[in-house]
Amino acid sequence: MEAVLFYIISAIILGTGMAAVASRHMMRSVIFLLFALLALAGLYFLVDFNFLGAVQLTVYAGGIVVLIIFSVLLIHHIESKLSEASKSRKWMSALLSLGGAIAFIYVIIQNVFPAYAESTTTTTKTVGEKLLDYGEGGFILPFEVISILLLASMIGAIVIAKGEPKQTIKANEE
Amino acid sequence: MNLNYIYLIPAIPLLVFFVLGIFFQKIKPAISGWIGVAGMAVSALISYIAAYHYFFVYGKKDGIYQTFISNNRWINFTDTLHINMGVYVDTISIMMLVVVTTISLMVLIYSRGYMKGDTGYTKFFAFLSLFSFSMLGLVLATNLFQIYIFWELVGVSSFLLIGYYYTKPSAIAAAKKAFIVTRFADFGFLIGILITGYYSGTFNFTELNDPQGFAISNWAASSFLGLSTLAWGLILIFIGGAGKSAMFPLHIWLPDAMEGPTPVSALIHAATMVVAGVFLVARLFPMFFFIEHGFVLNIVAYVGAFSALFAAIIAITQTDIKRVLAFSTMSQIGYMMLALGVSGYYGENGLGYMASMFHLFTHAMFKGLLFLGAGSVIHAVHSNYLKDMGGLRKHMPITHITFLAATLAIAGVPPFAGFWSKDEILVAAYEHNPFIYVIGVLVAGLTAVYMFRLYFGIFWGKEGTYAQAPKESPLSMTIPLMILALFSLTAGFIPFSQYISADKAGFIAHFHWDKALIAVGVALVGIFMAWVIYKKENGKSDKLANAFGVFYKWAYHKFYMDELYLFITRSIIFKGIAAPIAFVDKKVVDATMEGIGNKTVWLSKKIKHLQSGRIQDYAYAFVVGVVILSMIFIYLNKS
Amino acid sequence: MIPGIGLNEVLIVSTLLFFIGVYGFITRTNLISMLISVELCLNAAVLNFVFINKYLYPDKPEGVMYALFIIAVAAAETALVVAIIVNLYKKINSVEVHDMDTLKY
Repeated sequence: MEAVLFYIISAIILGTGMAAVASRHMMRSVIFLLFALLALAGLYFLVDFNFLGAVQLTVYAGGIVVLIIFSVLLIHHIESKLSEASKSRKWMSALLSLGGAIAFIYVIIQNVFPAYAESTTTTTKTVGEKLLDYGEGGFILPFEVISILLLASMIGAIVIAKGEPKQTIKANEE
Repeated sequence: MNLNYIYLIPAIPLLVFFVLGIFFQKIKPAISGWIGVAGMAVSALISYIAAYHYFFVYGKKDGIYQTFISNNRWINFTDTLHINMGVYVDTISIMMLVVVTTISLMVLIYSRGYMKGDTGYTKFFAFLSLFSFSMLGLVLATNLFQIYIFWELVGVSSFLLIGYYYTKPSAIAAAKKAFIVTRFADFGFLIGILITGYYSGTFNFTELNDPQGFAISNWAASSFLGLSTLAWGLILIFIGGAGKSAMFPLHIWLPDAMEGPTPVSALIHAATMVVAGVFLVARLFPMFFFIEHGFVLNIVAYVGAFSALFAAIIAITQTDIKRVLAFSTMSQIGYMMLALGVSGYYGENGLGYMASMFHLFTHAMFKGLLFLGAGSVIHAVHSNYLKDMGGLRKHMPITHITFLAATLAIAGVPPFAGFWSKDEILVAAYEHNPFIYVIGVLVAGLTAVYMFRLYFGIFWGKEGTYAQAPKESPLSMTIPLMILALFSLTAGFIPFSQYISADKAGFIAHFHWDKALIAVGVALVGIFMAWVIYKKENGKSDKLANAFGVFYKWAYHKFYMDELYLFITRSIIFKGIAAPIAFVDKKVVDATMEGIGNKTVWLSKKIKHLQSGRIQDYAYAFVVGVVILSMIFIYLNKS
Repeated sequence: MIPGIGLNEVLIVSTLLFFIGVYGFITRTNLISMLISVELCLNAAVLNFVFINKYLYPDKPEGVMYALFIIAVAAAETALVVAIIVNLYKKINSVEVHDMDTLKY
């Protein structure tokens, strides 16, 4: 039963991924991305990674995609069709990606992974404990670093998006 | 004999050249004139002293005049190949020293008056001194390389002096023509030097001329096309000499060289440079005589005879007085070559050699005088052409008398110098080759005709219309005329044969009454013909010209030699040889080089799009690399 | 672990997703589309982390932790990228890739 579900969800992921990449409408591309991310979250729920699935939904689908939609709306001409790369370029890229994929899959298939019958899952409780654990195997340091990184990126984004101060205000004041 | 002071003789004019050349803007013209004259006077004095020492004090040993050599190794190529520089003192070099320095001195004194007021006055004296240095060095050369170096130096000085009036296009063209024609002949000269040097193993004159030496005794060792290789070398060397001495067919530069100032024509193109070819043959005379049993000497004789006749015929028709004198020079040099060609070697058989050198000596005197006199006339009348002159004997008495003396000398009237030397030439010719003797006599008659035509045309006849009355030239110009006239009168009495002979032993020359009478008779007939036709202006000269018809036209245009050369140069050399080579150079060689450059640029234009500045393209290349590398590694590591 | 599905299939899915992202990145001409493709790549990597953790090392939390961090960093990076795109758009009034080639030959 889960296997079938897995296949369906994977199909959705790959399908919407391809549509996101190939679509010529900006908005449709973003929405397809949204669906891909939602399906991915579903995949996480399938393997009992509830916290991760929730984070994926919240941050990715709720945060990043919204951010992208904001930027899409800020750029004008949103309704016009996007320009495409040249046919040769598309074919070459497709060939390349396909070639790379085949190479990797070839290696993957050759490998036989040992299977665990018994599985334990990582609960939210464990995640929380490990995040703030400053003992052996704790993740307190990356946690703090991530918070600084987020602060920095917030400041950076504000500075970059602000641009240069307008000259006309000064002229008006004089 | 202590030879060191002979180095001074060419060194002093060289010093004068450097002084005048470096300081030419600071020296006043009058001073530079005196510097030039003083330098040459000192040189002349030293040469007279050297001549006295050589001929009367030291030179003779066991009845043979010795050769004194001072040789310094200058450039060393290998052990066997080297170029020496030094002085070579023997009979003919001392004689030439005397001739060159004397005539140079006369010309320099003359130029002080002739070139007065000219803007390039100092430059003129500098160039004249350079020429004197080159000619003196040529005369004193010890080996073939040294003579070639000074040969070229003489050519350069001649170029500078002919093109002295460098704003006149005709002068520039004449200078170029002289240089190119003589350069072309010198190409043959150089190849001749190399062949001679290679096959005889030496370049020095002593070893080359030694009758028992390697060169002359082994001349038959190697041959090419039926002639000994050394004979070919001598023929090529003679070609070089023929170019410098204006023998047919390399004579075309000499009439045009009259574009230079008249003192230049007197010095270079009458007395000294043009006899360099004769001097060269005389210098190598033992080789010419012994190798191939004198085959090359035959060629020399016929070329000389033909040139003499050719020039004499043309000289009768020319209207520019300097051109008449130029062709006269060519004719007289033909005499000198002819005399060398019919000469023997031992004792009295070497009469031709002696006569050639004697004629060189006397010719320098009277031809120099003729040119200087012509310069004096041109200076007074401001025109070169016969039709602008006439009746000048009343206005310019000194020029008239000296010119008459020179004309009598060249015509071969005793007791003037030309009679004695020309007579010896004719005697030598008669004893060895009667055909050439006949040509010589004919040319003697023609000489008298055209020279007296010139004389009567200038000094007698109807007075030309003169803008201002011509007056006699200043003393600086007439003193050299008088001195040279004195020489023309007395030089014939020198017992030349005791000093100069082919085997250096000296002999007593006998006077042949019969040949002398024939020569004088022919000369007097010529003078009479000229008197009748040219003394008074009647229509006889024009009637004669019409009677000769097309021959007159050909002779007047110098037998169209210039046009022939121009045709050969344009049609054959330019179109046939130079144009295809230029085509290959432009279309093949240049095209290849430019093609390589253009292809590189085209390639770079194609490649530069790799750096498009778009990060997506870089990512694309990145992905390509990663995929390909991963595939390669997977393939290599599959096991 | 999902009964009936081996690790190989999951890895194949993530590989395919990754290469779809790569294809999008080197093909699309719009900057925002490139951003979307980059998100797909990152998500494929997260998928890899999570499933290898689940299948091979089920008792260790590292996989999930790294996945969390990756998601956080991706969010920060997207924010910055959007800021740059907005600033660039204000300057040159275009978000096409071929208008941003000042660093070319």
